[in-house]
Amino acid sequence: MKFTEEHEWLRPEEDNIVTVGITAHAAEQLGDVVFVELPDVGTTVSKDDEVVVIESVKAASDILAPVDGEIVEVNDAIVDDPSKVNDDPEGDAWFFKVQVEDLSTLDEYMDEAAYKDFIG
Amino acid sequence: MTGDGDRYNGFETREICGCGVAHGPEGHSGASAQQQAQMPEDDTGGLARTPLHALHLELGAKMVPFAGYEMPVQYPSGVKTEHLHTRSRAGLFDVSHMGQVVLRDRGADPAEALERLVPADIRGLGEGRQRYAVFTNEEGGIEDDLMVANRGDHLFLVVNAACKEADVARLRAALEPQVSVKALDNRALLALQGPAAEAVLADLAPEVRDMRFMDVATVALDGAEAWVSRSGYTGEDGFEISVPEAAAEGLARRLLAHDDVAPIGLGARDSLRLEAGLCLYGHDLDPATSPVEAALSWSIGKARRANGARAGGFPGDARILRELSEAAPRMRVGLKPEGRAPMREGVELFAAEEDGATAVGHITSGGFGPSVEGPVAMGYVPAAMAAPGTRLWGALRGKRLPLEVVRLPFVPPGFKR
Repeated sequence: MKFTEEHEWLRPEEDNIVTVGITAHAAEQLGDVVFVELPDVGTTVSKDDEVVVIESVKAASDILAPVDGEIVEVNDAIVDDPSKVNDDPEGDAWFFKVQVEDLSTLDEYMDEAAYKDFIG
Repeated sequence: MTGDGDRYNGFETREICGCGVAHGPEGHSGASAQQQAQMPEDDTGGLARTPLHALHLELGAKMVPFAGYEMPVQYPSGVKTEHLHTRSRAGLFDVSHMGQVVLRDRGADPAEALERLVPADIRGLGEGRQRYAVFTNEEGGIEDDLMVANRGDHLFLVVNAACKEADVARLRAALEPQVSVKALDNRALLALQGPAAEAVLADLAPEVRDMRFMDVATVALDGAEAWVSRSGYTGEDGFEISVPEAAAEGLARRLLAHDDVAPIGLGARDSLRLEAGLCLYGHDLDPATSPVEAALSWSIGKARRANGARAGGFPGDARILRELSEAAPRMRVGLKPEGRAPMREGVELFAAEEDGATAVGHITSGGFGPSVEGPVAMGYVPAAMAAPGTRLWGALRGKRLPLEVVRLPFVPPGFKR
């Protein structure tokens, strides 16, 4: 599992697919999540594209694509019930799966220990 | 995850007042969640504290800068839980940052004098009663909104925190020396709001059961002289309680000891007042907006209107009386987004779904309403589009999403009339 400075977690799966969600720290900072908008399956994204809109009671934030690739699956369960993002941000409440050319593009990101240091 | 700084920080960095002073901290734009997380400790220098500051910290509040004060935006249970708790049981709010002002007769009647600054009927306000009012300017816009209570030998005013210095200066310039203007800096202000508020407060002072909405009374609470009004800003039944600052923490602890009472931060205060259709100064009200446009005509007493016993005689009366008789060009309305996406302050409104047309108005307060379980908003639209049922579109992230003009409030009021 890898982590970005934007508080996303990235989990490599089979077939060069990466599952993406937000960290428990990010979910806690956001507060009660009330709205999630996910990209369409089949969308080709470039790194730093705004791919997800997430809104809490307090405010709106964007989630940026951490890698280049194609969206192959999205988690409609969190669209139907956004509070799942607060309940299980690093498990059931993943956001999308993106297929990349090369999993080594994840190497630039932090491992769990480095992320823990990062958030202090 | 990236936050558009202004959006992510949302409520916390808002400048509540339109009186021209920047009240929020600078430099939040572009702050990420990480920077935000580090901010509270570094960012509160020079801010005033209320008498309940230590209690807020003990209760685990997240403190933020607000109108020059370090205030609790939420407690560990979070905004949504706090909001719903207030609607179902009772919430305790620290609103000690608000301004408390006493006007006394030093040769002239304070009610008569205050009518020179507000369009409300103050002379007709009975002893033991409170009324909502607005300070207007020469252009007929709103400088602040306030509560005015007739406490027998004096008038007691509660004004917005961010505007209080300007309000006191305005009062002094217009009323002194025949009326004395005293800003109280030694009293805290608590709000106890929600359906259980009456039972909770009656445990300490049974006589509050006899108070009706907008009654005021002096009551002994926990050994202190409390100035209590049956009012608030959540749409629920409840009380606002002014007490000497030395008594504030003890009273707050006694109220919080009740099973039905939880501490509530500014985040839920904002979502509660929005669902209740109540205006936030600096957002829904500002110096260019008249009380008629703001759908606050009900606060302009009959005696102050054309053909009334004391018609006009307040700043901007020409515009305001004209708008009362002819209608204003634009109006504040409730707006219900049809989808699930919240539409927040600043979202532009359009009369058609197609691109190209110019905006007809904008949202001034908006977000998620926990009791409504969906997005809610208020904003200004042309008078011709202000009828409930009118369909408009809000521009959100490059799309136009439909919303409907609806009657306010979004939740039925719980006031005890």
